[in-house]
Amino acid sequence: MSRRVALEASHAVTEATRMADVDVISAYPITPQTHIPERLAEMVADGELSAAYIPVESEHSAMSACLGAAAIGARTFTATAGQGLELMHEVVYIASSMRYPVVMAVCNRALSAPLSVWGDHSDAMAVRDTGWIQIFCQNSQEAFDLTLWAFRVGEDPKVLFPVMVHLDGFTLSHVTEPVILPEQSEVNRFLPKFQYPFALNPDKPMTHGAFGPPEIYSETKLAQEVAFRNSKEVILRGWKEFGDIFGRYYHPVEEYKTENAKTLLLTMGSFSETAKIVIDKKRDKGEAVGLISLRLWRPFPFEELRQAVENAEILIVFDRCISSGGPGGPVFSEVRSALYDEKERPKIVSFIGGLGGRDMPQKDFEYVIDHGREIAEKRSEELFETVGVRGEVTGIRG
Amino acid sequence: MEEKFIKFGKNLVTTDEFVAPGHSFCIGCGEALALRLACKALGKNIIIASVTGCIEISTSPLPYTSWKVPWIHTLFENAAAVISGAEAGLKILMKKGKMPERDIKCVAIAGDGGTSDIGLQALSGAFERNHNFLYLCFDNEAYMNTGIQRSSATPYGASTTTAPAGKFSIGQITWKKDMGKIAVAHNIPYVATACPSYPFDLMNKVKKGGEVKGPAYVHIFSPCPTGWRCATDLTIEIGRLAVETGIFPLYEVENGLYKLNVDRPKLKPVEEYLKPQGRFRHLPDGEIEKIQEHVNEEYAKLKAKVAALPA
Repeated sequence: MSRRVALEASHAVTEATRMADVDVISAYPITPQTHIPERLAEMVADGELSAAYIPVESEHSAMSACLGAAAIGARTFTATAGQGLELMHEVVYIASSMRYPVVMAVCNRALSAPLSVWGDHSDAMAVRDTGWIQIFCQNSQEAFDLTLWAFRVGEDPKVLFPVMVHLDGFTLSHVTEPVILPEQSEVNRFLPKFQYPFALNPDKPMTHGAFGPPEIYSETKLAQEVAFRNSKEVILRGWKEFGDIFGRYYHPVEEYKTENAKTLLLTMGSFSETAKIVIDKKRDKGEAVGLISLRLWRPFPFEELRQAVENAEILIVFDRCISSGGPGGPVFSEVRSALYDEKERPKIVSFIGGLGGRDMPQKDFEYVIDHGREIAEKRSEELFETVGVRGEVTGIRG
Repeated sequence: MEEKFIKFGKNLVTTDEFVAPGHSFCIGCGEALALRLACKALGKNIIIASVTGCIEISTSPLPYTSWKVPWIHTLFENAAAVISGAEAGLKILMKKGKMPERDIKCVAIAGDGGTSDIGLQALSGAFERNHNFLYLCFDNEAYMNTGIQRSSATPYGASTTTAPAGKFSIGQITWKKDMGKIAVAHNIPYVATACPSYPFDLMNKVKKGGEVKGPAYVHIFSPCPTGWRCATDLTIEIGRLAVETGIFPLYEVENGLYKLNVDRPKLKPVEEYLKPQGRFRHLPDGEIEKIQEHVNEEYAKLKAKVAALPA
């Protein structure tokens, strides 16, 4: 029997990691990720989990040790946030390029300077192109479900890519919510044992990480890209299998009250839950608005996004990151680019807010929708609008 | 003589090769020789994590490889961290019964830059966490792979491309970072220095380092004719001179106790070592004297340690 318990999202991640019977955990503490490695270290110390916990001296080494562990065929997990993800940046690319299915939870945090331990999506956007499968969680249940799913998908012999599970720092990582925990037998049914086909072994010597001269580098990277995009099939199948066993179904683009919606708001992560309340209120007032939440960030769900917005007239994209000097929020840029070739596409508006732990209360999402509609109706001179920021500048011109 | 070696040599050292020919090391490379000997000493039940550098670039151009043992290269500064993960992973998989119990030695290899500069933090961390691994530093005293740029292991007075000798500079103005001392300071069970000019000493130390339970560090002095600006047939001789002048003493520290492996009652003058090398050609007599004084001082300190804490 599954049980319903109160769990902080960080501990939902660690419960999933424990039930996945992870072999190696290598992590370095950084706010707001600390509850994850602390709890895992505790599980190992108490014998609740049989794993090697490597208390490394930096995030760079955290991911490097994950590479070594994955290379010999161990199921491997780490977690980080903000600056930690930046410090391990070059190693993040190696995990995907060398096809090590490491699972990493990222408690999304702003990037310095000024120093901020609080949440936004700047860290996630900085690793956008690293070749990891990336998903965003909205609540603690999803933090559990998607962590478990991450092992299943990443380790699939047709995939062998690392998976990043994003959960908003503090606003999700530190929030306690009811979570339904499954039986171990159900988890075992969903998640087979990890059999890495290229494990380093003296009986069958292999070379991992040879260098790519110009004659072969391009072909290598293209082959990686083809394999990465092909992972989509397993991603979807993984969610179908997950739903069939656990009763909760996930999708690359989650739609909320989108039927007949003329205006759609697009969010990612835990702020989607606040946005849903605002959508409810507006629907009650008779406004034709809906919400779409990007769950799968990489590989980007082009098809699902196009379908989700095909009947909308206005699409308002809410970013928690600035693409400095760029065309708007990074999610906005991608969404606009994904829809550019469509014969009929909604007018797309970029809003940026919720930076460095700035809250986005309901009234701010109301403003985003109301003001977004106004902007869409006239041709705006602003590249993007800001919300919840003091001062005279409310938008940035190109 | 050659006949005798063919007859008896194979009784002393395995004829198996673990780094296949066809690699692209420079002519006269001391590092290639040291690597070959080290691998013979370790045998095939190993996993090697390599940093970026001469060894990596000379042995692994995709789609080829020289490696006949499991080998992983990822980045420049993280071999100690990668091997930490492999070592911890093997241990836990064996404990959980996911892999049959067996002895697989985890070995990290790096150059002087990947060890004493950019990789020092990862190495210190792996020492401190007491992983069961052997770290081999192949020291050719500069960033040779990228074109002879100075590192913290470059010796005083050497001319390199980023610390060149010029009208107002003698080249490197700092003394070589002493990795042996740094390793000893971590209180690990085994630290040694070696040089391919003393092949049996090198192999003994690598073998011992591989058998130790816990972290072991062997610092291998690897003459580099390309970067040191010397004749390619002088590799062995220069390595020997480095030892005989006291510039690079061969010692080992086992559980904190010291042993000098090659001890000469009287050191040769450093000039004999410096002279055949183009990187020191510009040094005036005064600087050579300064180096001589420094070597005398350091050698005396080492001898004092050997006397105070003998193995």
